Amino acid sequence: MNMDSPLAIFINAALVNNFVLSLFLGICPFLGVSNRTDTAARMGAAVVFVMMVSSACAYGIHRLLIYIDAPYLHLISYIVVIASAVQLVEMFVKKFSPALFRALGIFLPLITTNCAILGVALFQTSREYNFIQSLFFSLGAGAGFTLALVIMSGIRERLELADMSSVVKGAAITLMIAGVLSMAFMGFAGIGGSS
Amino acid sequence: MDEFVKGLWRENPVFVMLLGMCPVLAVTNSVINALSMGLATTFVLLMSSTVVSLVRKFIPKEVRIASYILIIAGFVTVVDYLLQAISLNIYHALGAYIALIVVNCNILGRAEAFASRNTVVKSMLDALGVGFGFTIACLSLGVVREVLGNGTFAGIPLFGPHFEGWTIMILPGGAFFVLGAWLLLFNWLKERKKARVS
Repeated sequence: MNMDSPLAIFINAALVNNFVLSLFLGICPFLGVSNRTDTAARMGAAVVFVMMVSSACAYGIHRLLIYIDAPYLHLISYIVVIASAVQLVEMFVKKFSPALFRALGIFLPLITTNCAILGVALFQTSREYNFIQSLFFSLGAGAGFTLALVIMSGIRERLELADMSSVVKGAAITLMIAGVLSMAFMGFAGIGGSS
Repeated sequence: MDEFVKGLWRENPVFVMLLGMCPVLAVTNSVINALSMGLATTFVLLMSSTVVSLVRKFIPKEVRIASYILIIAGFVTVVDYLLQAISLNIYHALGAYIALIVVNCNILGRAEAFASRNTVVKSMLDALGVGFGFTIACLSLGVVREVLGNGTFAGIPLFGPHFEGWTIMILPGGAFFVLGAWLLLFNWLKERKKARVS
């Protein structure tokens, strides 16, 4: 498969180089909101949405900064754009779909500090993706994030009923499980070429 | 002095607060990478805390988070170019994670929770403490992963030519395992201490 085709980029970002389990981006929400499957899925949906918006914006900014020859402004303008994109999305959702807004709740503003969003913008810049490729890359990254979050929350729901020593409860066992998941995802290496 | 010490252990950003774990997990597959990540973060933390503390009276309350983020992003850009000038190898090894220091919640957390309310000297001590605490956490992962995974310490071979490295330690899964194991150890120590007191 051609590595630059949108489908290959999507699979690569979602499975082979999963953002949470092999690039360690977005660990905070991964550990924080993976208690319940339904909240995990909603959080994932919100992240996919913001990721695509900010990826499209970041592409525009990148072209503009190349045009005015100011590469040192990349980081600063990305973070400003992402913060305002989140704000904009929040207002938009609130206005047009109050039900969805209530469902997403606190997760929407929290997305600003999700490093996966900034990661998408930075990676698509350094890999010099064009607009279509960037869109598929952000879609894949978001899908991978959601997948990891939902799997994790499913396991943790089961884990609450398990009989464990109080020493391993909490963050320690969650990290161990994340390690096992990460090993499982390494089985995808080879689909659509290596990293 | 207490401001400095508390960040090292009692309020260690990674092991106790569980904040800013993305870079800790991502770049700690060797001692050198872990150390440079820790120092880069400490630098950004120190500079941004100092500046935030200096201008804390002039920033309107409504836009303070945005202003902090801008200050932090400015210093991260400085570190990005600085590292490129000092060592291109480390720069390539750390890659995008240098730029991602911007979204390390520790830095914004210290700016919001401490530097915006305290004097410059206090904020600097606090930032240094948290920064070194973060570096210690990075190193404790980096040392374990490099020694077990490669059989080397900062590139120096330790076990002779017949050592077979634990490849899993260098891979992403190893990072989760090692951090999980450290947390397990600290939990166990805490529980034991509690049991002794009571």
